[in-house]
Amino acid sequence: MEWLSEFGAIAAMQGFNGLSVFCVLLLMALGLAIIFGQMGVINMAHGEFLTIGAYTTYVVSVLTEQYAPFFGPYYFFLAIVLSFFIAGAIGWLAEWAMISKLYQRPLDTLLATWGLSLVMQQAFRSIFGAREVSATLPEWLMGSWNPTEAIDIPRNGLFVMGLTVLMTGMIFLMLYRSRWGLQVRATVQNRVMSRAVGINTKKVDRMTFALGCGVAGVAGAAFTTIGSTGPTAGSLYIVDTFLVVVFGGASSLLGTIASAFSIAQAQSLMEFFMSGSMAKVFTLSAVILILMLRPQGLFSIKVRK
Amino acid sequence: MDSPTRFLPRRLALGAAALSLLAASVFSQMALADVNTTGLAVTDTEVTVGQLHSATGTMAISETGSIQAERLAIEQINASGGILGRQIKIIQEDGASDWPTFAEKAKKLLVGDKVAAVFGCWTSASRKAVLPVFEKENGLLYYPTFYEGLEQSKNVIYTGQEATQQILAGLDWIAKEKGAKTFYLIGSDYIWPRTSMKIARKHIENVLGGKVVGEEYYPLGNTQFGSLINKVKLKKPDVVFTAVVGGSNVAFYKQMKAAGVTSAKQNLLTLSVTEDELLGIGGENMDGFYASMKYFQSLDNPNNKAFVEAFKAKFGKDSVIGDVTQAAYLGPWLWKAAVEKAGSFDVDKVAAASPGIELTTAPEGYVKVHDNHHLWSKTRIGQVQKDGQFKVVFESGLIEPNPFPKGYQ
Repeated sequence: MEWLSEFGAIAAMQGFNGLSVFCVLLLMALGLAIIFGQMGVINMAHGEFLTIGAYTTYVVSVLTEQYAPFFGPYYFFLAIVLSFFIAGAIGWLAEWAMISKLYQRPLDTLLATWGLSLVMQQAFRSIFGAREVSATLPEWLMGSWNPTEAIDIPRNGLFVMGLTVLMTGMIFLMLYRSRWGLQVRATVQNRVMSRAVGINTKKVDRMTFALGCGVAGVAGAAFTTIGSTGPTAGSLYIVDTFLVVVFGGASSLLGTIASAFSIAQAQSLMEFFMSGSMAKVFTLSAVILILMLRPQGLFSIKVRK
Repeated sequence: MDSPTRFLPRRLALGAAALSLLAASVFSQMALADVNTTGLAVTDTEVTVGQLHSATGTMAISETGSIQAERLAIEQINASGGILGRQIKIIQEDGASDWPTFAEKAKKLLVGDKVAAVFGCWTSASRKAVLPVFEKENGLLYYPTFYEGLEQSKNVIYTGQEATQQILAGLDWIAKEKGAKTFYLIGSDYIWPRTSMKIARKHIENVLGGKVVGEEYYPLGNTQFGSLINKVKLKKPDVVFTAVVGGSNVAFYKQMKAAGVTSAKQNLLTLSVTEDELLGIGGENMDGFYASMKYFQSLDNPNNKAFVEAFKAKFGKDSVIGDVTQAAYLGPWLWKAAVEKAGSFDVDKVAAASPGIELTTAPEGYVKVHDNHHLWSKTRIGQVQKDGQFKVVFESGLIEPNPFPKGYQ
């Protein structure tokens, strides 16, 4: 009888783990889903915008410890908001200075953003040093929550989950329920016609790119609770991010969600029954196979060419 | 055309230069012809060495400490009069975390700059990339990282521990101290963790009479360890034995802590967390776990106190010193001792003079170069403290390096 309850506890924790990986994948992919999905820009520097969020959190944490220790338990919320605006502002600049000149040449954007990612990595290294740093996490984010004796639910996992739901909801509202979202979707479907009916597509592009980068910044801030903060930390996420967005069908938010969910569940389950490297091999093979049969990804919107 | 009046001063200047050169060689302890017969970059006042690490790219995280330690050692040697009366000049090259670049820069240092020795490399991949260059051009490399063993070269002095030195003493200690019988082995998926775990498994099964209940490798850069942690909870091993590296390292321990796997419930012994890694992980996330290696910053001996003080004076009071950083610091000192014993900078003579060299001033205590170019050293067990330092809880005797261990391959 005892082993049965233990089995139940492991199953519950494993189920939570699947959901938690899903939320991590979705949160890291949201920003890219906006940029790649809506604008068609292959942003290789996406990981570095995550890193901006992570370093922002670190700086806020250090400043809090030094100047306002009483604020310690709550600094994380401020860090998330700041991460959004700093990453968004840098994204806005990058779009203005570089990306906007390259819209007609998608392959060149790939090279240019990759170059941008290298520049940003070295900038982090020059500013913060080559070594990894760690933000002091508030006590309420550390350790686990125990609904029963045998079950440990990671608090940082719960936090990331809540944040993911919040961000996804906000982006959904912005894309599908706001005037700005209407303009973005119109621009995606037919740029020339959108311009003809008076949409300032340049402004729409810039805002979209900045928003995507800002969301990446939020993800980066959240990931300081589960991962590392270093100059190349963002590059750990970039492959998975592209995987989720491409597999989901580039211009569909729903597709991104479905894709993150299926990849996360597949990975989490397989990791439990085989070794980590093999699980990755099988996950990637499945993704390749499905993309061969369905090159447009899981979900796709019909766009008039 | 040169007029005679302009020609004359130049000849005078030449003469003066020749005269001062003569004077310098008279005053230096040993004549140039004696200490350098192979055309190395040695003058009467200077000897040039190379430094080859990644100052940029992924590996800069780890290699920065080594770069600093080698610079400190060379500065101290210069301040105390140099080597055979010559000051050491450093040419630093950046391997940029890219193995072919390492090979290219090694060739540049050896062929172009004719350096007398090179202090460098960190990952095994970079060492394997430069090894053929060092053997072909007959250079001398001081390599600081603890590594998987299974290698020995006339042209390399290994100042870190090879795998058996680091692993066996640690496993023996935890088996005895904690009565551990079952082990769960976890590593990043590349040569060093895999070789280390192979050695660990043989030792656990054949010598300790224990059992390995799980062995898992995760891709470098993996950031999600939830499933693995659940498997560990299911198997309930006495000890989790880890060699996870890079960004994964931080993710692994943060997620262990979040899943409630702390030192209160679980013994954990790692091969891959030094003070450097703890900066990124945060001491509070690993509090109470153990690491097995030859050096910890908190070692209580006069050599180490002086070393830590000098290091902090030069690189800032917040700097930390990990195992590899200390091993890198030994490089220039071992080279100095060997050159002085050989009475020459020639690579063949220095390599031949190296075995038997002792260093009583090493921060880790006493080391001695073995015939196989690795160091005799002690292994310590450190327990992670909240402040990011280790408390040394065990110290072995001097362990013989054995890069090709019989029965462990």
